[in-house]
Amino acid sequence: MDAVLKIFRGDAQRGEFREYGVPLHEGMVVLDAIHHVQAHAASDLACRWNCKAGRCGSCSAEVDGKPKLMCMTRMDEFPVGEPITVAPLKAFPVIKDLVCDVSWNYEVNKRIPPFQPKPPEPDGTWRMQQADIDRVQEFRKCIECFLCQDVCHVLRDHGKKDSFAGPRFFVRVASLEMHPLDVVSRTAYLKEQGGIGLCNITKCCTEVCPESIRITDNAIIPLKERVVDDFYDPVRRAWRWLTRQRDSP
Amino acid sequence: MDRFETHSCDVLVVGAGGAGLRAAIEVAAQGASVGLICKSLLGKAHTVMAEGGVAAALANTDGRDSWKVHFRDTMRGGKMLNDWRMAELLAREAPARVIELEGWGALFDRTPDGRILQRNFGGHQFPRLAHVGDRTGLEMIRTLQDKAVHSPGIDVYMECTVVRLLKDGPRISGALAYRRDTGRFIVFSTKAVVLATGGIGRAYKINSNSWEYTGDGHALAYDAGADLIGMEFVQFHPTGMVWPLSVRGILVTEGVRGEGGVLKNSQGERFMFRYVPEMFRKDFADTEEEADRWVAEVIAGRKAEARRPPELLTRDVVARAIAQEVREGRGSPHGGAFLDIASRRKPEEIRKKLPSMYQQFYELADVDITRQPMEVGPTTHYMMGGVRVDAETEAATIPGLFAAGEVAGGLHGANRLGGNSLSDLLVFGRRAGLGAAAYAKAHPGDPRIDASEVEAIIAEALAPFDRSGGENPYAVHDALQDMMGTYVGIARSEDDLCTALGQLASLRARAARAGVEGHRQYNPGWHVALDLRHLLTVSEAVTRAALERRESRGAHTRVDHPESERSFATVNVVVRRRGDAMTVVTEPMSPMPDELKRIVEGEV
Repeated sequence: MDAVLKIFRGDAQRGEFREYGVPLHEGMVVLDAIHHVQAHAASDLACRWNCKAGRCGSCSAEVDGKPKLMCMTRMDEFPVGEPITVAPLKAFPVIKDLVCDVSWNYEVNKRIPPFQPKPPEPDGTWRMQQADIDRVQEFRKCIECFLCQDVCHVLRDHGKKDSFAGPRFFVRVASLEMHPLDVVSRTAYLKEQGGIGLCNITKCCTEVCPESIRITDNAIIPLKERVVDDFYDPVRRAWRWLTRQRDSP
Repeated sequence: MDRFETHSCDVLVVGAGGAGLRAAIEVAAQGASVGLICKSLLGKAHTVMAEGGVAAALANTDGRDSWKVHFRDTMRGGKMLNDWRMAELLAREAPARVIELEGWGALFDRTPDGRILQRNFGGHQFPRLAHVGDRTGLEMIRTLQDKAVHSPGIDVYMECTVVRLLKDGPRISGALAYRRDTGRFIVFSTKAVVLATGGIGRAYKINSNSWEYTGDGHALAYDAGADLIGMEFVQFHPTGMVWPLSVRGILVTEGVRGEGGVLKNSQGERFMFRYVPEMFRKDFADTEEEADRWVAEVIAGRKAEARRPPELLTRDVVARAIAQEVREGRGSPHGGAFLDIASRRKPEEIRKKLPSMYQQFYELADVDITRQPMEVGPTTHYMMGGVRVDAETEAATIPGLFAAGEVAGGLHGANRLGGNSLSDLLVFGRRAGLGAAAYAKAHPGDPRIDASEVEAIIAEALAPFDRSGGENPYAVHDALQDMMGTYVGIARSEDDLCTALGQLASLRARAARAGVEGHRQYNPGWHVALDLRHLLTVSEAVTRAALERRESRGAHTRVDHPESERSFATVNVVVRRRGDAMTVVTEPMSPMPDELKRIVEGEV
């Protein structure tokens, strides 16, 4: 029994979908099919992968139009006899075939104010309750597959890469902001550089997250609330104005 | 057009998993400039796959633990072939390195009083592994990645592969690499190189490793003339997935057994009771009743008074036991054993402590591990052997070369304990960083790069493009993996190893004829063709070292020499290049000081 894959072949300038036949076996995933094509039909077919177990977030692609990890997408999810389309992520420039230039994400990460802990206990360690870190551990499950960045319409359709950090980095900021030891405020970052106001909570990011992180509900909405508290709450605004008065000579 | 771009730095770190990141952070902290190279994107290195935890005698979960017990467990697990000074440093320094990570933002699971929770693991006498569910490696790599990103002086080169180290006379002067995305070459001019390239698992078909694990660092060091030790010791992890084919070899964490999971054969027997080695007999339960009592005590958070279940024996022992059960006809339907956590723990506990295992089996194998047992069998997992280093500074045997993590040899002896690789990365990554930074400071002035040597290596690297229609590099790799699994696998013999040497020669000839299609931009076929050189070198080193060690010890099993031999008890098998020939010799290890001997013998 064979499956047919229609795989994007090309680069940023030009490209086309080419068909490849692949023999099926039990439990096969799309990444296995790509590897088969590389080994037997197109040795120069470019694709990223590492762990092949949904843990590293390297093999992101759009399979039949849906953003997926190829290593966790079973071939038997698709109707028998119909070709399966495999394309690179749309929100990022293609380098070649299924490989995109995702370097922008690494630049965004660099601009996030880093973790800074409060001083440790006298014994040099910190005490934290599990209940207080559960919600942060959810954010730290992120494998940086960038599927959420790919589906976010602010990036995908509006191309706001210069003014919007994207769901992945709101999750990252949330993991820092809600960290019991961290002492830095990142609401100014979120409001200005991060552009969190552009998100209109359509939850597309949450839907595609392979780690089932509730990105919108647990990260983005609480962060939006913090920005509102810090910058638009009239009482706090007055307080900031007063303290600024006092600071200046 | 230039044939290559040139960059210079004080220290070049090759590999950005845990060891490479930790080394780079330390070099930068010393004020030296760092080039950090990774074959994949940053944060995707194999450390991300580490599941169970990082071993450190914090003594949070059981106050009886100490560095001395950790040291003793490590030496006994390594069958006393460990570099004792490295094992001592690991045990002494791991707690501080773990707490340091917490100060950089890592969030480990907690004890009820708010400290770092520790879990049980094979070969560790007390619960010792700081962990985050079963995704500890992800937590560590992300923490180190973020620390490195905000450390000034680190330039990261993503998707970049080193082809050869360069030397100026006897000392390291740089490295030649290529960018995967463009296919363009880079010459790094540097005073010191830290190898942190991980292991060699892709030399075997059934393995738990990512494509990156092609023995690059081992082969680069060997080519440069450095010594490799312990290459005969390849760890076969007892519990890899065996079915379906698509996931064969993917790791099932030892944490499943640490959380109370048991191994059974097709007759429903907990066979591990029959495989307890004499050396460990007094530390392990001999009845199911006692083993179950231990689990009950651990789950209740009490100090265990009962002895440990035999499922928590060291990996070499458990892997051999499963292989023997299968050989004697008591295997599972797809040639493994059953690993059962479903009948031992509540579904919600399983999903909390082993979330990735739950997801992995549910989505890839149609198995719900909260209700059904897993089918598991041995998978090539880790390389104990590697570059011979000085314990204090991780300096290799040629000036300017350093190694840390899996690519370095010595620490784990004949068998690594689970959890010790993550502490290895932190302790010796940092030490390698300090060592390399100090070396760079002591050797100012740029070493000389020989342009004609660079041109020659580039020409060789590009040769596969002139052989379009030549051997398919994927097919050669496939044949190598089959061969290594068949003749240099978990059970070895002189006949098989000699057969392997013959086949390696013909595979080398095939690799020399490998041809690739297309152009240099992001061309995986070309990358495989270049990786073959390193894979063949390490495969030959493993085979020759295995031939030399005519005994069975730890992970190295010789069916024609089934016992451990006194004559091999305190020697390293050393592999080094002399001219174009691979030489193998045994060299005596330095004797352990008396105070450490007394610890190993039981004094704590």
